[in-house]
Amino acid sequence: MAEQVGRRPFVREVPKTRWFLRHPRYRRYMAREVTCIFIAVYTVILIVGIARLGQGPGAYEAFLQALRTPLSIAFHVVALAFSLYHTVTWFNLAPKAMPVRFGETALPHAAVAGAHYFAWVILTVVVLWLAGAF
Amino acid sequence: MSERRVELQVLRYDPEKDEIPHFQSYTVPFSDEWVVLDALNHVKEQTDPTLSYRWSCHMAVCGSCGMMINGEPMLACKAFMRDLPEVIRVEPLAHFPIERDLVTVVEDFMAKLARVKPYLIPKQRKDLDAGEYLQTPGELKRYKQYAQCINCMLCYAACPEYGLTPKFIGPAAITLAHRYNEDSRDGGRELRQEEIAAGEGVWECTFVGACSQVCPKHVDPAAALQQVKIASTLDWFREHTMPWLSK
Repeated sequence: MAEQVGRRPFVREVPKTRWFLRHPRYRRYMAREVTCIFIAVYTVILIVGIARLGQGPGAYEAFLQALRTPLSIAFHVVALAFSLYHTVTWFNLAPKAMPVRFGETALPHAAVAGAHYFAWVILTVVVLWLAGAF
Repeated sequence: MSERRVELQVLRYDPEKDEIPHFQSYTVPFSDEWVVLDALNHVKEQTDPTLSYRWSCHMAVCGSCGMMINGEPMLACKAFMRDLPEVIRVEPLAHFPIERDLVTVVEDFMAKLARVKPYLIPKQRKDLDAGEYLQTPGELKRYKQYAQCINCMLCYAACPEYGLTPKFIGPAAITLAHRYNEDSRDGGRELRQEEIAAGEGVWECTFVGACSQVCPKHVDPAAALQQVKIASTLDWFREHTMPWLSK
């Protein structure tokens, strides 16, 4: 019989808080995840705006004034950049999650992603139209 | 043509002597067609016969020689030296315990693979003389990509979720479950869903997508996992809003 060899596997711990620093693709992933913070804050601002609108013209005007401050504008620019990053990375991943098949043929990935961008443009135009931009 | 040389920094671990792993450097010559596996074989044959690593086919089919090459999970037989810098750092696959040198402990993956029942469970059993289970080319196309998996575990080494939460069934095993679920001849989906539509299953995945980026066979496990998520969600809605559909 072969000599018994002792097994003593060595476990390399994954750092719980710094794991994403190990590789650029993890950092890109975390960047996509972090976008949610900006989108959440933006949503809260929007809800506060609706509450102020319900409180009357004075409260709403003060809310609009607060939006015009440099800090607010800076935040909105950053939030826009982050939500664009989120949207683009997400739309590009969509064909993986939603392959579209007609019978035996599958739609090319570019078509599935393209449909998302198309719907995005249409919805943006509709929102701008509702807001009286045209 | 002058001979080119690289420095190979290999993580060594001898469970009988070492408390922790350490790097050992070897200088190896190489030619244009050499892959990292050739360099390791050169070291083992010429310099250091104690170096341990797994390999078999040398043609990206067997899936044995997965290792971290400059921090990236790769098959050593598919990593050309000419594409790598002059210092090549070779480590065992991340997220797996080290058995010895570049050899990892893979029992965890093997057990998970068995749990998802990665084999055909026919809808209706036929007698042998009733012939084969037939399938059209279109039906084959639905899962063929996922059937290319060679169980090399590069996706587990790339997946940060698996690294942080080792109970996660992980990319390859769930993808193989999906491969059989998508097979027109198969009827075992409900049995597999018990394992993969669970917290330890697909819901542990946060779609980092690293698995698909490192897969040497272009299986795209990330796609399979997202499709399992959508199908499982639809199951849930069907069950809770249209209970009369499920018996």
